[in-house]
Amino acid sequence: MAYIFQQALNALQLGSIYALIALGYTMVYGILTMINFAHGDLFMVGAFFCFIIAVYLHLSFIPTLLLSMMGVAFLGVVIERFAYKPLRNAPRVSAIITALGVGLFLENFTLALSPYPKHIPPLLTNVTWTVGSLSLSSLQMIVIVLSLCLMLILDFIVRHTKAGMAMRAISWDKTVVPLMGVSVNKIISLTFAIGTGLGGAAGVMYGLAYPVIDPYMGIMVGWKAFICAVVGGIGNIRGAMIGGFILGGVEIMVAAFLPSTYRDFVAFTLLLILLIVRPYGILGKPHPQKV
Amino acid sequence: MTKIDILLSVRSLSISYDSIKAVDDISFEVARGEIVTLIGANGAGKSSILRAVSGLIPYTGSIAYAGKDLMNIAADQIVAAGIAHVPEGRGIFGNLTVLENLKLACWQRRDKAKIAADLEHVFELFPRLRERTKQLGGMLSGGEQQMLAVGRALMTDTPMLLLDEPSMGLSPVLVREIFKIIQEINQAGKTILLVEQNANMSLHIAHQGYVLETGRIVLSGAGKELTGSPRVKEAYLGG
Repeated sequence: MAYIFQQALNALQLGSIYALIALGYTMVYGILTMINFAHGDLFMVGAFFCFIIAVYLHLSFIPTLLLSMMGVAFLGVVIERFAYKPLRNAPRVSAIITALGVGLFLENFTLALSPYPKHIPPLLTNVTWTVGSLSLSSLQMIVIVLSLCLMLILDFIVRHTKAGMAMRAISWDKTVVPLMGVSVNKIISLTFAIGTGLGGAAGVMYGLAYPVIDPYMGIMVGWKAFICAVVGGIGNIRGAMIGGFILGGVEIMVAAFLPSTYRDFVAFTLLLILLIVRPYGILGKPHPQKV
Repeated sequence: MTKIDILLSVRSLSISYDSIKAVDDISFEVARGEIVTLIGANGAGKSSILRAVSGLIPYTGSIAYAGKDLMNIAADQIVAAGIAHVPEGRGIFGNLTVLENLKLACWQRRDKAKIAADLEHVFELFPRLRERTKQLGGMLSGGEQQMLAVGRALMTDTPMLLLDEPSMGLSPVLVREIFKIIQEINQAGKTILLVEQNANMSLHIAHQGYVLETGRIVLSGAGKELTGSPRVKEAYLGG
């Protein structure tokens, strides 16, 4: 029983990181109907920002997290402005190929600067509490609680603020939004800032949980988070969160009960079956016909 | 001679899509406080003119609002300049509630008290919207969506409204209701540029009318004068 609970905590930790990254994919898709395939690499950049800030600026955890998020958010906005915006009216496939190119650029730029894996210093002293046969790690708790807080804040922004309303309006019909006096460019920039900022936060937390980082760490995690977004229903914010926790749960449970090499194989098989049953994802809907 | 206060002035406006000219060297004016209508058959270029005024599509020529040239002004800033646009097909955000649709139109406003008063005014004009504030825009009927689209334009609190085919797809009863409300809004002080295929109804309420045929103005005059004109019929039949 304690073993299962322990694994559930691990699943929550991994799932919340997937969920944070998946949110970036789904938010960008929601407003631009494009997949930002550089997003996984922005997650990697978040981990490297964390490394740089912790090692060279000697800042503590919270300022490191905030600065890394801001840095990645800024990078995301710049990428959108210079790489994606000129292609806004081009076929979507051009934008997607550009995104893949931006991802390769980020990987190789980081590789040029840092050819060897880096080790993020422990920013938090990890305390382990033992309750019966159960061990609770403070680090794990912080990752889970912080991720959940970020997701709640995002959910609130999207559902209850004017900016969130504008984002939802753009996802429905971008052409009418300017007639409301809303600058579509500003809202798209804001969406990129928030989406990539969350990816950056995920990079920091991933770096805390698994401290050895390298320029290619974003590829597999990025693909998995993208799949989470699709499974949850691409474009749907709560769907991305659910997708993240499902994949985290499946991966941890497979590794707990089967040989760990089966992990990705079983996880992806289950996700494929889920998509066959629900092709639009768990919370996704077939795109409504606009009359 | 009294000086007429021109609010919107369009000079030598031409609009092309790829190599096809949709609007060809059109000039007209809208005086403050009037309803001006552009009528013509499908494809005459009416909607393109409104889209150009709103800054949604590129054009040549000049469009000036209250003496200010609108050429390089972004669409969202044209709302700030004073023009609201009810687009063809209504443009309701189906994933937003009725109230959210109305509130989004207040994006550039900071006058909270006036916003609340204007919202109350919209609900008085369209009582059905009040009953449906929490419903998603996509769940409304065509007529309700049209009311919401006009209500939304009113919530921008701009002096001028561009209305693109408000009668489209509505039953005759609803068409009469919408036109009555357009007249009321005008009498309350809004200047209106109305684009319509329904020539009789729009000429009936308009102070000034322009008849368009394949991108050109072929006839203009006071609304009432044009109502019986055989030339109007020809424009529709392509004669």
